[in-house]
Amino acid sequence: MVKMTGAKALIESLKRQKVEVIFGIPGGAVLPIYDVLYDSDIKHILMRHEQCAAHASDGYARASGRVGVCMATSGPGATNLVTGIANAYMDSSPIVALTGNVPRAFIGKDAFQETDIVGVTTPITKCNFQIKNAKEISKIVNTAFYVASTGRPGPVLIDLPKDTQTEVDDIEFDNGIILRGYKPNIEPHPLQIEKAVKLLVQAEKPVIIAGGGVITSGAPQELLALAELLVAPIATTLMGKGSVPENHPLSLGMLGMHGTITANKIVPEADVLLAVGTRFSDRSTGKVETFCRDAKIIHIDIDAAEVGKNIRPHVPIVADAKLALKAIYDRLIKSFNKNERSLWMNRIQEQKKQQAEMENKDGMTPPHLLVELRKILPQDAIITTEVGQNQMWSALYLKTYKPRTFISSGGLGTMGFGFPASLGAKVACPDVPVLDIAGDGSFIMTEQDLATSVSWNIPVTVIVLNNSVLGMVAQWQRMFYNRRYSAIDLGKIPDFVKLAEAYGAQGVRVGSPEEFIKAVKMAMKSEVTTVIDVPISSEQNVFPMVPPGAEIDKIMIG
Amino acid sequence: MTREGRTYIVSAIVEHKPGVLYSVSNMFRRRGFNIETITVGASEQKDLARLTVTIKGDERMVEQVVKQLQKLIDVVKVSILDPEYTVTRELALVKISTLDTKVRSDVINYTEIFKGHVVDVAHDSLVVEITGDSDKINAFIELMKPFGLKEIARTGITALSRGMKSARME
Repeated sequence: MVKMTGAKALIESLKRQKVEVIFGIPGGAVLPIYDVLYDSDIKHILMRHEQCAAHASDGYARASGRVGVCMATSGPGATNLVTGIANAYMDSSPIVALTGNVPRAFIGKDAFQETDIVGVTTPITKCNFQIKNAKEISKIVNTAFYVASTGRPGPVLIDLPKDTQTEVDDIEFDNGIILRGYKPNIEPHPLQIEKAVKLLVQAEKPVIIAGGGVITSGAPQELLALAELLVAPIATTLMGKGSVPENHPLSLGMLGMHGTITANKIVPEADVLLAVGTRFSDRSTGKVETFCRDAKIIHIDIDAAEVGKNIRPHVPIVADAKLALKAIYDRLIKSFNKNERSLWMNRIQEQKKQQAEMENKDGMTPPHLLVELRKILPQDAIITTEVGQNQMWSALYLKTYKPRTFISSGGLGTMGFGFPASLGAKVACPDVPVLDIAGDGSFIMTEQDLATSVSWNIPVTVIVLNNSVLGMVAQWQRMFYNRRYSAIDLGKIPDFVKLAEAYGAQGVRVGSPEEFIKAVKMAMKSEVTTVIDVPISSEQNVFPMVPPGAEIDKIMIG
Repeated sequence: MTREGRTYIVSAIVEHKPGVLYSVSNMFRRRGFNIETITVGASEQKDLARLTVTIKGDERMVEQVVKQLQKLIDVVKVSILDPEYTVTRELALVKISTLDTKVRSDVINYTEIFKGHVVDVAHDSLVVEITGDSDKINAFIELMKPFGLKEIARTGITALSRGMKSARME
């Protein structure tokens, strides 16, 4: 036990959790913590908006697989984190958010910059804590990191009233955690594995759907091994991109509303569906009532509440994806007579061929530009996306080969996520190129953190697919609202080249695919963040598309 | 959201600390599950409280309720109590106007029949305490209506499984 302040205890506890970097913004209620940070070897990256601090810690977590940390002061600082916390919650990303609050005696008195941030974040965190005294800080930090990073990962918030930061007490570290109500079930039940194996052995047209859980649990190898043994094609969700190399013969690409034609045609034909680490979101399943109604469904997820929530599986397996996939593989390898499944494979090849013929990729269209972009990116380059058309084009046309290299706001669909997330990813992986595929509407929402990127020397490439409209909204109004374009015209778009230069970053405008590729090559070598302005037509739609509420094989292609 | 279906009794052992009732009730609101009654109080175990919730719904909804409750970090254990093997009780305090003195003796008679107690006597009113399952309390309240029912306070259902089968933390 050592005598120290709560603020010191906090920073010491973070160091013991091997925290290297905090994304944050100081303010009145966290001054004691920042005073300790002044002498600490934990790096603090000063962001320009707390939302970006939360997204950057999320991007850091997704790129590295480690817990990301963000910090803000009380009141508006804390509430500005909320979108980022909700985003991390929906996409099961492990972050720990630290907020200051008014001194204990002022809590509940509506003091200056007081917000009930614990109340606000209760439905969007795995759990949250308000510190009651300096002594408990180390235990709560340990608990927060444990909860954030285990089971189905997610955000945890710790709220520290200012006087708990200055209070001096005997502090004990390594004092463990107490969580009577938290025991993630990671071992698959052997009986359920047996049932799954029985279905898979009999399957003639097996299909696997891989979600973000496969990446979280580090199971891509186990997934591929099982898929190859079964000769089962793999469709992924948006969050599952990266769980299987998309150039693998068994890869079908993404499933769902903007899924590939192949994935959306093949998945409904399955007789046995193995869904791993996915929550059957409405964007993946289309009309849920009829989704794969003829298939026997095996659902593996570590979160028991996801099993049976949207789809009732025939075989529920509540377990860690890696352990469950390995258990199925180990059981199958003993008895399974490998079948070439030539009929099923021919059907898939034919569908892929049909898809290739339909894809028209040329000129200054995002599909063409992104396909060309992929050719010059190393396989381990990290892509982040904003939300809307830019995101769906990226998901469709930027093939992903490795886990944790495609980072996108899947569940919450947060415009403005991609750029700050790219900064977090670059901090986590400084040696690989990081590119944010953006739309003009999204980029404007968090563009102020170009200042962070330049000040802290975090060079990324922002590719702005600039159509001067809120493109996905425009697409829906074009398709479903009789072209009555309401509030989608962004009017006077800033000159992104000058904007970048104003922040001390580099700006380039390109007018042809050749110029685009040249600009990207230059940007990836650049030591400063580069914004590439790519003017495109505002009339372009993302296809294929399944209309909302329709079955996923009811695909519109133009 | 109103739902048809039978009534289920969910019994949960939760951490006995501030904010837990909020996170539990917030989960019900957020997921659109309707709480019919909720009671909470100390359990036999230190620092743990027993929370009893009754909800109306189908089996699938109740399964989700249990899973979503279990997902909350401060919820230690959840079980659904089978009505056949469960003792359920509710307590009601019923205030009846007795300005008409003839009413007073009728109310006292009914209270005895229902094995209730008169717990407050004033010149113009009586307060009766009545315990039992919800049907019994409903029946008593119906009987009191013609006499000039003033106020009712009901606790909601609390429940324990019969015998040694228990929703105790192992």
